[in-house]
Amino acid sequence: MKENNIEELERQFQEKIDNDIKIEPRDWMPDAYRDTLIRQISQHAHSEIVGMLPEGNWITRAPNLRRKAVLLAKVQDEAGHGLYLYSAAETLGADREETIDDLHSGKAKYSSIFNYPTLSWADMGAIGWLVDGAAIMNQVPLCRCSYGPYARAMVRVCKEESFHQRQGFEIMTTLANGTPEQKAMAQDALNRFWWPALMMFGPNDAESKHTEQSMRWKIKRQTNDELRQQFVDITVPQAEMIGLTIPDADLKFNTETGHYEFGEINWDEFWQVVKGNGPCNKDRVDARRKAKENGMWVREAAAAYAEKRANRNKEKRA
Amino acid sequence: MSNANWPLWEVFIRSKQGLSHKHVGSLRAADAQMAVENARDVYTRRSEGISIWVVQSNDVFASDPSEADSLYEPADSKVYRHPTFYDVPDGISHM
Ligand SMILES: [Fe+2]
Ligand SMILES: [Fe+2]
Repeated sequence: MKENNIEELERQFQEKIDNDIKIEPRDWMPDAYRDTLIRQISQHAHSEIVGMLPEGNWITRAPNLRRKAVLLAKVQDEAGHGLYLYSAAETLGADREETIDDLHSGKAKYSSIFNYPTLSWADMGAIGWLVDGAAIMNQVPLCRCSYGPYARAMVRVCKEESFHQRQGFEIMTTLANGTPEQKAMAQDALNRFWWPALMMFGPNDAESKHTEQSMRWKIKRQTNDELRQQFVDITVPQAEMIGLTIPDADLKFNTETGHYEFGEINWDEFWQVVKGNGPCNKDRVDARRKAKENGMWVREAAAAYAEKRANRNKEKRA
Repeated sequence: MSNANWPLWEVFIRSKQGLSHKHVGSLRAADAQMAVENARDVYTRRSEGISIWVVQSNDVFASDPSEADSLYEPADSKVYRHPTFYDVPDGISHM
């Protein structure tokens, strides 16, 4: 009887999903659906937060005040994205503190792209253009995700993302049209970020163990390879337009399919970075831990101030 | 003391005069005043609002989704509450 009941609930749940009815926090959902979402949303949140570090590296060294204000605004947006996502994870019963501890202990993952260093100002261009570009490609279909709070968070995020990619492309365009040294700097940034950006879409469909179930639950709407192909098709002409070369000898346009064919991704590198052996994995997690420790006094002060204010209000009322 | 002790607040924003406050998300803060200040930083960076309400999530009492059928079904069966239920003869206007 009890088992029948679960089966029936699961059937009704899938029927809702198939009819594009959103799932909301207090609705019944299978444990595996909840766990998958908590994992995905918290990884996504961590990526937004850790993603501030490579760019934060250049805020104080931006070439002029306009670029500095723009980069600051962009990085501040990413902090907001992290907050929307942690909140969405909390609606599923995830504990905020535990979620963050999992990042700091190395248990939780975040996007491998943020484990690469930012060596020159041109990297701010490459990140906005390619990394935010790839993120947008991933996030737009998530606006239609079956879980309401995640989908709503993604709508806000996508609205804010649109300037991120443009400011990056503007930096690249300016450098590409600048002195030979500036153009070389832009090309070097593209060379270093192109392949890691393609890796952002995750393993090939054949290797991606969660894809099928996530598609059935409409957590995911398009496969890794579909999204990666879209990204390549859109981005290659943009590079050509500003006179930069995609670092891929095998890249060619297939007139029959209307798509670009591209070279093999170095999956060994991808898995090495995912497993924690990328150039900056240790720095990134250390920086987050330090930020938490160094910010402790702020949280303590806020709590003390809240208490003082509450007491004062009580006195006033007495 | 850490974040864990800060309550969760639901944030509602009025986007302009004449419209009601609408739920936009949630955040954690030590008290109501700081929740409003954080909400301003997080949810109104692009002029999305002119007024903010915050309510502690614990204080929201919600209906039970599993009772949705019995709670809302009666409304579905009373179609005569909608103007489209009635036949209006041809030639009648302003009704
Ligand atoms: Fe973001
Ligand atoms: Fe972004």
